[in-house]
Amino acid sequence: MFGYYLDLALRSLKRNRVLTALMVLTLALGIGASITTLTLLRLLSGDPLPQKSSRLFYAQVDPNSLSGYVAGQTKPDSLMGYVDAMNLLHAGRGTHRAALALTQAKIVPEHSTEHPYFSDGVITTTDFFPMFEVPFRYGNGWTAEDDTNRAALVVISDFLNDKLYGGANSVGKMLRINNHDFRIVGVLQHWAPQPRFYTQELGGRSYGDGEALFMPLSTARALNMDPQDIECYASVGNINKLEEAPCEWLGFWVQLDSAKAVADYREFLANYAKEQMALGRFKRSETALLDLMGWLRDREVVPDDVRLQTYLAFGFLLICVVNTVGLLLAKCLRRSREIGVRRALGATRRTVFAQFMVEASIVGLAGGLFGLLFAELGLWGVRHQPAEYASLARLDLTMFGSTFAVALAASLIAGLLPAWRACVLAPAPQLKAA
Amino acid sequence: MDVRPILSSLLRHKTTALLLVLEIALTCAIVCNAVFMISQRLQRMQMTGGIAETELVEVQSASIGALPDAKARTAADLEALRRIPGVKAVTLATQLPFTNSSWNTGIMLDPTQKESTLNATTYFGENLVGVLGAQLVAGRDFNADEYTDLGDAQKDPSKASKVVIVTSALAERLWPGQNPLGKTIWMGKDSPQQVVGVVKALIRPSLSNGDNTAQWTLVIPMRASLDNASDYVLRTTPEQRDAVIKAAAATLHKIDPHRVILDKKSMSQLREEFFHNDRAMAGLLVGVIAVLLVVTAFGIVGLASFWVAQRHRQIGVRRALGATRRNILHYFQTENFLLASIGIAIGMAFAYGINLLLMRYYELPRLPALYFPVGALSLWLLGQLAVLGPALRAAAVPPVEATRAA
Repeated sequence: MFGYYLDLALRSLKRNRVLTALMVLTLALGIGASITTLTLLRLLSGDPLPQKSSRLFYAQVDPNSLSGYVAGQTKPDSLMGYVDAMNLLHAGRGTHRAALALTQAKIVPEHSTEHPYFSDGVITTTDFFPMFEVPFRYGNGWTAEDDTNRAALVVISDFLNDKLYGGANSVGKMLRINNHDFRIVGVLQHWAPQPRFYTQELGGRSYGDGEALFMPLSTARALNMDPQDIECYASVGNINKLEEAPCEWLGFWVQLDSAKAVADYREFLANYAKEQMALGRFKRSETALLDLMGWLRDREVVPDDVRLQTYLAFGFLLICVVNTVGLLLAKCLRRSREIGVRRALGATRRTVFAQFMVEASIVGLAGGLFGLLFAELGLWGVRHQPAEYASLARLDLTMFGSTFAVALAASLIAGLLPAWRACVLAPAPQLKAA
Repeated sequence: MDVRPILSSLLRHKTTALLLVLEIALTCAIVCNAVFMISQRLQRMQMTGGIAETELVEVQSASIGALPDAKARTAADLEALRRIPGVKAVTLATQLPFTNSSWNTGIMLDPTQKESTLNATTYFGENLVGVLGAQLVAGRDFNADEYTDLGDAQKDPSKASKVVIVTSALAERLWPGQNPLGKTIWMGKDSPQQVVGVVKALIRPSLSNGDNTAQWTLVIPMRASLDNASDYVLRTTPEQRDAVIKAAAATLHKIDPHRVILDKKSMSQLREEFFHNDRAMAGLLVGVIAVLLVVTAFGIVGLASFWVAQRHRQIGVRRALGATRRNILHYFQTENFLLASIGIAIGMAFAYGINLLLMRYYELPRLPALYFPVGALSLWLLGQLAVLGPALRAAAVPPVEATRAA
């Protein structure tokens, strides 16, 4: 029976080529636009570490003065000062914990003919690698001892290793950074989770490539490598002594593996703030502990424009669907006589309904196919924008499947009204009119 | 023309008529808001910089860190850059317009204030007002003896400068309706600064604090050096910009081959990149509007064609009973006008609703009233254009159709 409907549908679609083409094209445009923006939105609001994000938490405390403070309503600052970060680090709670900042590292190539250049670097503590499950190609990270000893060690990214050493195992080699020699202890595999969750607020980008190198926080600071972003909450005597200045420039992450650990850590943070208030360091007791996705939501990582574009695309799709309903309805009502004949010959309402739904879904599938083309075109357009997320804009398997799901859903919804109108048509008047 | 027969005929095709009305309404709502958003973006891209944009280029040389001879190196760089043919003026600045940099300070009008009145950006650099070409509208530029070294002031706040130049927008915000010259602002409890000059405009390097604070700018008479600044800005003529950029980069490399040049661009390029997102969004919206109007027009053509075909016999009868071609043409045109009017009325309500949402969540201003009549007019026009073809075909139906089977 389905084969017969298919045949009927194709015949009917062929009879009105222009109208059919119009319906398919309209639907395709709407679907293309929606899939393009949805793909982008999904990429930009994705989970950077899906297997672990629920166990990673971002801690915040608030060392600000009482001016402008409303108890219970003021959010703590997004960055942390050195003293608090070190206190939390040395408190040793949680499975892993790390403080980090971003910096610009000047790399001097071995050959004096090449110009030195700047690369993005992460300055952090030993647990950064196991906590974020950073994959190593060669070697590994540094130890807590290296942190204490300010060892001149560096972990480099795959792309820096490719650039400097042609992808060979460079562990043990010396690299000149900011006029100091660093020993390479590890080379990463490609690693750039999107969105760039750990760079939020530290002066980094939200999307795009990962950093070129990673080095111990203590070492970098001993060599006066400055963090990218510094927020000061009181007037600063000497900005060059960042560790003691009333300034915040670190992000603090902790891994907590169970609900109890999370609750305990919250309590610990609250107690820490109270303790600091008793010591006179803090004036406010606010703390926060957001999980990774919560932190990204809090930071509103997804650009407003991308959201607006998605709404726009769906508004557009809605108009396309209304348009298709109208055209399908027009087509179906013109065939009242044919329907009358079929009904008179014994076709049930159900079969007439099914026949029209098949016709609608063929339009939908064709629309989906062309919609896919438009979506690829749209994403190609996005990739050629100078936005930091440009290179990410690609259709994956899920969105490929979703295209057809959206197309089919749109066309079936569009077909519902015409098919219903067709099946409730009383056969007798139609035959009489003929 | 009597609309009653049209209305009664439409009432017999409620669903189709409703679909057409809905499509026009949605299109109207989206197009009104999209056009408004385009105008907002275009307006934003025209934002006043307040500087001689077509005459400026920047070359960004990476900061060298705290080296003892930073001042001497800076002086040598500036001297060499000044000698490049075509360079009228040059200075080293901590930040420049359209670079998304963010050196800000809280400003107080009274040192006992607990909180800053507002947050403004701070430009440092010798003779920066002159080099950038910002237009003084009151007071004077800084005197040579008012300049101090930024590096010294960072270590010892008592060496900070005592005077400041503000923009007219900032002056108006701080002292509405008053003469700002001679007024004092505090950038900290112990650092009063007296306003000696007012520039017409000087845009902040970053608009992340909101567009309404775009002109909250201070110029401070402190000399930057390579350990605290990296932006060399050169004034030349529009034609010589490219040559000057190349020569400046080469000059800087010649002085120090190990130097890292981070960026070299004209101010016009910087502005273009700064507003790139707005341009892209405006372009996208134009595309969406165009496609949307075409889709709606085709929808109208499709439905009108269907109606004409369905009423072939009815039209024949009317023609046989004495209706002229013009009557038939007008019938379909009036029908479309009626449907479009209902659609537009509903669409305007939708447009207003969407605008309210956008105002709430995306800080868009209120849709100007002008959009309603203009939007209505364009959709009426679109409807009439779309229906013209089918209506002409209807008018061409000969009276003899009345005698034929439907």
